[in-house]
Amino acid sequence: MKRRDFLKNSLVFVSGASVCASALEFLDPREVLAANPEVRWAFLVNTHKCVGCGFCVKACKIENEVPFEANVTRTWVERYVIKRDGEVVMDSPKGARDGFTSKELDQGASGMRRIPDEEISQAFFVPKLCNQCQNPPCVQVCPVGATYQTGDGVVLVDRSWCIGCGYCIMGCPYGVRFFHPVEKVAEKCNFCYHRITKGMNTACVDACPFGARLIGNLRDPDDPVAKAVMTQRVGVLRDEYGTKPHVFYIGLNKEVR
Amino acid sequence: MVHGEFWTIKDLFVLPNEYVYWSIQIVLYPYMTGLVAGAFVLSSLYHVFGVEKLKQIARFALVFSFALLPVAMMPLMMHLQQPLRGTNVLMTPHFTSAISAFGIVFMTYACIVGAEIWFVYRKFIVDSIHRLQAKSSRGPGESLLLLIYKVISLGAMDLSKEALEADHKAVKFLAGLGIPVACFLHGYAGFIFGSVKANALWMTPLMPVIFICSAVVSGIALCIISYAVFMELRKWAARRNKHYFLPDALAHGSSAVDPEHLRSVQGHEVKMTSKYLLIFMTLAITLELLDIIFRGYTAVKSWDILRDVIYEHDFVKIFVLQYGIGNVLPFLMLLAPRLTTRRAALACLLVLFGVLMMRWNVVIGGQAFSLTFAGFMHYHLPIIPHDMETFKEGLGGALLVVSTPFIIFYFLNMIFPAFLEEKEAH
Ligand code: SF4
Ligand code: SF4
Repeated sequence: MKRRDFLKNSLVFVSGASVCASALEFLDPREVLAANPEVRWAFLVNTHKCVGCGFCVKACKIENEVPFEANVTRTWVERYVIKRDGEVVMDSPKGARDGFTSKELDQGASGMRRIPDEEISQAFFVPKLCNQCQNPPCVQVCPVGATYQTGDGVVLVDRSWCIGCGYCIMGCPYGVRFFHPVEKVAEKCNFCYHRITKGMNTACVDACPFGARLIGNLRDPDDPVAKAVMTQRVGVLRDEYGTKPHVFYIGLNKEVR
Repeated sequence: MVHGEFWTIKDLFVLPNEYVYWSIQIVLYPYMTGLVAGAFVLSSLYHVFGVEKLKQIARFALVFSFALLPVAMMPLMMHLQQPLRGTNVLMTPHFTSAISAFGIVFMTYACIVGAEIWFVYRKFIVDSIHRLQAKSSRGPGESLLLLIYKVISLGAMDLSKEALEADHKAVKFLAGLGIPVACFLHGYAGFIFGSVKANALWMTPLMPVIFICSAVVSGIALCIISYAVFMELRKWAARRNKHYFLPDALAHGSSAVDPEHLRSVQGHEVKMTSKYLLIFMTLAITLELLDIIFRGYTAVKSWDILRDVIYEHDFVKIFVLQYGIGNVLPFLMLLAPRLTTRRAALACLLVLFGVLMMRWNVVIGGQAFSLTFAGFMHYHLPIIPHDMETFKEGLGGALLVVSTPFIIFYFLNMIFPAFLEEKEAH
């Protein structure tokens, strides 16, 4: 081999190898996916559109087999009535499973409360559900790993492994968790994971007649939820806990807790 | 019925899924763990720091803390919705969770206490084996005892001077090691609460420290009372020769117990230990008050609701029952001159009550307000059980947990006599 050829070949080999190596590094599928996973489920709630009919709550209970009469629910709707003097009165009777049919507000042991129309400055409804936090305290505190987060951002509970300690219920700042009355394990909304992973909508989104709820993929620029989150004023609940919730609200009021 | 619904009454606006989920058993859990840790710290005062005056009660405290040990886990188990899966915590520990790390600390601690007892009583065990073997005829109880001693002696029969010297060193080392681990054990119980960021009352870095101090207080108080009571029983039994009340005397045949001698030992130990109790009480009360003052001073968003809970809803429970009857009153009783055993025991009873109230106010008080800060939840302890759940999480379950250590102690005392006075143990 001539000296010149040797140099040329070496050069080709070295540059080729380095390209190869860098290409390999770049194409490691796990890293690529971690940097830019294709799916990150997120939820969009439009409080302007919610009328408090409770169809979503009903649909959720039936879909996910949470006993209909039990006073716990994976999703619920809150009513906010703000008086002219600034007082805020709220209620959510039975999680609004049957909707808000009365003007009386359920104040628990303090009884029912009626606020005269002329005293009301503003009234609206806010649906709530698990926020599928990016940094979920419920996953952090579970002593056995029964609560875990999937790659696409949804937090799930393994019913066969949960010991029922309730630590996750204490850890969630949104109060979305409870014990399933029949299964006796921790329970919460999971964005209807069995449906969305098959390309369907969640039961509550399907049930809402007014389009107040939307589920979507934050990583897809053409997704309506992603678009709304990027281009509109959206808020999240209790940002101060650092949980990075992934349920976004349009028209969030500062009174909403 | 939904878990928690039976004993929770909601007032004003409370989220639909919110109930008092952590009830009486979780009140007892830090309480019992605290007693374990506190009793151990008391026993270490003698073994590590050589406080000779506490020699008698130190041995009692060590055996008693061993009897309390299994009970520390009991409330957790009773509280689980799936108790049969309790071991999952050890099979798939999830290390970001405070509870799972607790299991490991607990096991370490159990090993340390077990080993320490073994070294403390090794000479006694070997002596007992010789004594029982020398007997020509043995009753069934004695035979069983002999078998137990043979097993737990682990074949270490050497009683030479060097061997005993080594035992002594090991005890000192283990007691020293045990103090930080005991504090850690209880600090962890505090951490389990203090790290719950969703709970405005629990969320404070002071929580582990407050828990450690009150743990030591409650442990010492319990040891004083139990010591006084057991000694009282022994005096009574010794006077009437009712040896079945002296399990150790029954098992070991040392019938010569002099009531007068017992009385003087009892008075002396109780008085000395009360001094140490006062020191730790001062520390515990200061820290707790500091916490309240600090919260009021910084007054972050949650202070509005916390103030409501502390100064209105739970006022009686916190300021009258916990601080008044549980702290100030016994403090004065212990401080007053010419302390008698009876007064000390009564004061310690109040101290125990005060610490229980403190746990109650933290655990139940922390869940008394809604996450929304708009409503309240009132907790009613189930008294008459109507199913397994209301038994476990009610008065019955609580009494079961509280009485278990005494039952364990009764039997443990037969093997490791806690009131041994001869030069047989360290
Ligand atoms: S909202 Fe609560 S339950 Fe849902 S992921 Fe966040 S912390 Fe967990
Ligand atoms: S209740 Fe179940 S899911 Fe929740 S922390 Fe305990 S074991 Fe985990």
